[in-house]
Order: sequence, then structure tokens, then C-alpha cells
Amino acid sequence: MNLLLVLPLLVPLATAIATILLSRAPRAARVASFAGAAGLLAASGFLLAATLDGTILVTQAGAWPAPFGISLVADRFAAAMVVVAAVILAAVVAFSAAGIDAARERFGYHPLLHVLSMGVCGAFLTGDLFNLYVWFEVMLMSSFVLVSLGGERAQLTGALKYVVLNLVSSALFLAGAGLLYGSVGTLNMADAAVALRALPAQGLPSVVATLFLVAFGIKAAAFPLFFWLPASYHTPPMPVAALFAGLLTKVGVYALVRVLTLVFNRDPGFTSPLVLAIAGLTMVTGVLGAMAQTDVRKVLSFHIVSQIGYMLMGLGVGTRLALAGTVFYVLHHIVVKANLFLVAGVMRRVGGSFSLDRLGGLLARSPLLAAAFLVPALSLAGIPPLSGFWAKYFLVRAGLEAGHGAIVAVALGVSLLTLFSMTKIWAEAFWKPAPADGPGASAPPLSGVERASLLGPVLALCAITVAIGLGAGVLFRFADGAAAQLLDPDLYIRAVLGTRGGGG
Amino acid sequence: MTFVLALTVGVLYATGTYLLLRRGAVRVVFGLALLGYAANLLIFTAGRLVREGPPIVPPGALAPPVPSADPLPQALILTAIVIGFGVQAFALVLLKRTCQEAGTDDVDGMREEGS
Repeated sequence: MNLLLVLPLLVPLATAIATILLSRAPRAARVASFAGAAGLLAASGFLLAATLDGTILVTQAGAWPAPFGISLVADRFAAAMVVVAAVILAAVVAFSAAGIDAARERFGYHPLLHVLSMGVCGAFLTGDLFNLYVWFEVMLMSSFVLVSLGGERAQLTGALKYVVLNLVSSALFLAGAGLLYGSVGTLNMADAAVALRALPAQGLPSVVATLFLVAFGIKAAAFPLFFWLPASYHTPPMPVAALFAGLLTKVGVYALVRVLTLVFNRDPGFTSPLVLAIAGLTMVTGVLGAMAQTDVRKVLSFHIVSQIGYMLMGLGVGTRLALAGTVFYVLHHIVVKANLFLVAGVMRRVGGSFSLDRLGGLLARSPLLAAAFLVPALSLAGIPPLSGFWAKYFLVRAGLEAGHGAIVAVALGVSLLTLFSMTKIWAEAFWKPAPADGPGASAPPLSGVERASLLGPVLALCAITVAIGLGAGVLFRFADGAAAQLLDPDLYIRAVLGTRGGGG
Repeated sequence: MTFVLALTVGVLYATGTYLLLRRGAVRVVFGLALLGYAANLLIFTAGRLVREGPPIVPPGALAPPVPSADPLPQALILTAIVIGFGVQAFALVLLKRTCQEAGTDDVDGMREEGS
């Protein structure tokens, strides 16, 4: 039993239990919650350090040898995802000290955050498809409660759409897993990958692959299955929305990358154009939706959709540089997107509204907030030298090298529209003088505690964005190593199955 | 037998999809339940149907007799049923609260105020 692989699941579980027990002492619960997030960050850091040299860590739950037991596997990509998840969790918990109301804290806000993180980490680390389904459900169940916690009308109607679409996705995933078991007799990803080599690539494996593509596509909010996201992500409080925006759709992207590179990698002539078409349409529809909105939260929600397209683009192109671009993009995007939602929360606190029509004059009121918005916003649009520029640069270069000119043109055009959308928020909320009857005038200035709790995590995430931008070479070498592992499934298979899966 | 079950799975999927497309929110939740049942029955059928062959290794042997039923699909379904039960219970409560707040069970009528 390798403790490194189990700790990212045990730490959130223990923290969730501790915060439930402390629910009558909100201050202690907050401290325990933050300590748990810091613990997860430390545990994931050790996990990442152990995978840096290219080792693929594997542990078999209950010491049942694969494929009979459930394998937990961490390669570079999985370990890095766990680290970013822990970073976002820590930022959100810190933000929640002043950014969430007491009523929600009393009704299980902190335990739910940690159960959600456990589900996310489990989905990253599992090597078994049915186990992945279970982790998805753990994650979904806590997200269902988090999105509806508070019971405001807008929240409930948003939650209903979110719940229904995600349950449809789960049912399809389950059906896909059942059919896969029926055809190869295993659900261990490595074992299934070996068993599928003996079958023709067309036929039932294609059906199963398509079911997974649709199921994970709904979770990742890819075109044309993204409608639940803009309908629900703007309704919960901003720390919750930030956690969702950072992590949940990216779990879908991660599952797509894992399944298409490891298990269903034998028919790229079918999957690659399909994924590229989905990627392009996702980018375009997302960014067009964002341009039509005047609510900061909705603009940001639509941009999640559009950015998912970039991650899928790398998967569709499928070369080593493209997959490295996808890994880089996912890691950069989680930090930036969660940060933008947290910034929106501070804008609401300082300016009194989420509506661009009613906001204004925030630059004069809080120059620090303006700077904290500008860093992730410009990074999202891809302005050098911030992290988003490098992420797009690698993807565009990979696309050109592989001769996919069309998707590169779409990516660059959408990037320009993203910049337009971000400058719109900047001009309306920060530069424009505050409207005379606006709600901002009555909002009291930030207290010292609020400054530390709200701006602290935002500035920390800004610093990470700048650091990724300035140290892009270091992260790129890492992403390149992760892509090399993704492109050589035999490494993964040998690590999980031992000698039995060698060569193939 | 497999044919009958396959047909049932198809009917369940069709009914579930139809209910999901209705405007009444109660029907939508029932549609979700039917999709879940359809997936469970699909796993059961895809796991091969074997009658009167319990997968128990006789004393002295190293493997169960052939043909014997595969217990794993049933374990998967059991897990999926338990998860589905919890999720559907939550969906029903959410539905009740949403209908109370919105004053309608028409999914298209549930627009948010002021946006």
C-alpha cells in the first residue's frame, strides 16, 4: 500500500469528518478546514515529487492484484492535477472565511467542500473505470448540495438543470462501462486497453468510446452538451462557483484525455477529427455566448466553455507537443479561472453588483483589486508573458506542425474575442465612472479581515499565474514529460499489471 | 432470454428519454430514474446470462465450474442502485423545493427573475 496515493483521498475525508464534528464551533471548523486543505496540498506535493522522475506510482486497494482489485495510479498528469486541485481548495477555503455567510457554514459548507475534493482527487487517481464512476458520483453528490445550498430561487432552478444533465451523463457513462465489461470482461483501464487490442477497433469498442465521449463531454461542458453550465454556474456563492469552475469541468477533460490516450487509442482516424470539430465549435459557441452577456458571472461561465475547446484541441491534434499543450493549458486554466470567479466575488463585495451596467469606478475604489483582475483576465486572453500566452502558443504551434490550419485559425480568432470580452469587463466595471444611483456607493470599504481573506487568495493565485508565465520553460518540460507518458500507454499498462502487460 | 432483456432495455431507454424531454419536472425526474434502470439492466444483460451456475469453487478445485454466472456485474449493479437511490431521493427533494419556490412544475416556466 503506497501511502502517497491514498493520502489525497484520506486527508479530505478526515477533514470532512472533523468539520462535521465541529459544526457547532464555526471558528474551529474554519481552522480545521484550512488545515485540511493545507494538508492536502502537502500530500499532493509529495505525490508530485515522487512522479517527477517519470515513475508511475501504483497501489492496489486491499492488496488484490490488478485487474481484480481497484488500482490507484499516479503518473505526472494525474499528480499535477491533484496538486492544482489542492491549490484551488486552499484558496477557496481561505476566501470563504469572509466570503461565505454563516448560515451556509452551519449547514455543512466545509464538509461538502472536502468531500467534493475527495471525489475530484479520486477521479484523477483511479485506474478503474467503474471506480471512476463512483468518484464522479461522490463529486456530483456534494456539488449538487453545494450548488443548491442556500435555497434561493435562482439557485434552485439552476441546480435542477445542473442535476438533470449530470445524471444523464452518469447514466450514459454507466451504460458504457457495462458494455465494455460485457465485451472485454474487465474494467481496469490498463487491462481493458490490453484486452481491446485483441478486438477490431470498429464495432462495439467504437460504441463504448462514443458513449464515454458523450458522457465525459457533458461533464466537460463541450459543444453541444454545455447548456447546463451557463444555466447554473452563476447562481451559487462565488467561492463555490470558483471551485466548480476550476475543477469540475476539468475532471471531464481529464477523463477524456485518459480514456482516449489509454483505452480507446486505436482508431485516431475516427476520434481525432471528431474531437477537433467539437473543440472548434466549443470555442466559438462559448466565446459568442460570453459576448452577449452583461453579468460578470455569466461572462466568466461562458468563457469556461470556450476554454474547454482549447484543451480538447490538443487532444484532437494528438501529437506529443499538442498533448503537452493540453496538459499545460489545463493546469494554467484551473488557476486562472478559479481566480477570476473569486475576483468577481470581491467585485460584488466592493461594487455591490455583478451587473456590468451597475458596476463602475472600481479602479479608483480598489486599485489592488483592479490589478488582481487584470492578471488572470489577460492571462485568459493569452497576453504575453502570462501563463495563457504560453498555453496557447504550444497548442497553436502543435496545430500548425500537424497541419491543422483551420483549428489554429479558430483558436486565434476566439482568443481575440476573449480579449474583447475581458476588456469589456475592465472598461465597464473598473474604468467607467460609478453610476450615480449604483449600489457601489453604499458598500462599506473592505475591513482588515476581509482584505486578508478575500484579496489574499486572489493575489496568491495571481502570483502563481505570473510565475507560470515567467517560468514557462520549467512547466513545459514537465508537461512534455506528462505527454510522453500519455502517448506511451505501455508504460502505464506495465506499471499497473506488472510484467503481464509488457510489450503488447 | 437475452433478447427479451435487450428489448426491455431499449423500451426503458426510449421511455426515459421521452420523459426527459417533457416539460413537467416530475416527469423529468422519473425519466432519470428509468435511464438508471435501463443502464443497470444493460450491465446485467451484457454480463452474460447463466442459469443455475453459482460461481462457487467446489472443494478441492481451483476454479468455479463452467459455465457459472459472473458475480461482478451484479456487484456493479448493486453499487449503481445504491448510488441511484440516493441521487433520486435528492433530485425529488430538490424538485419539490424548486416547484415551491418557482410556483410551477413547468421546466420552461422556471426562468429566473431579473435576468
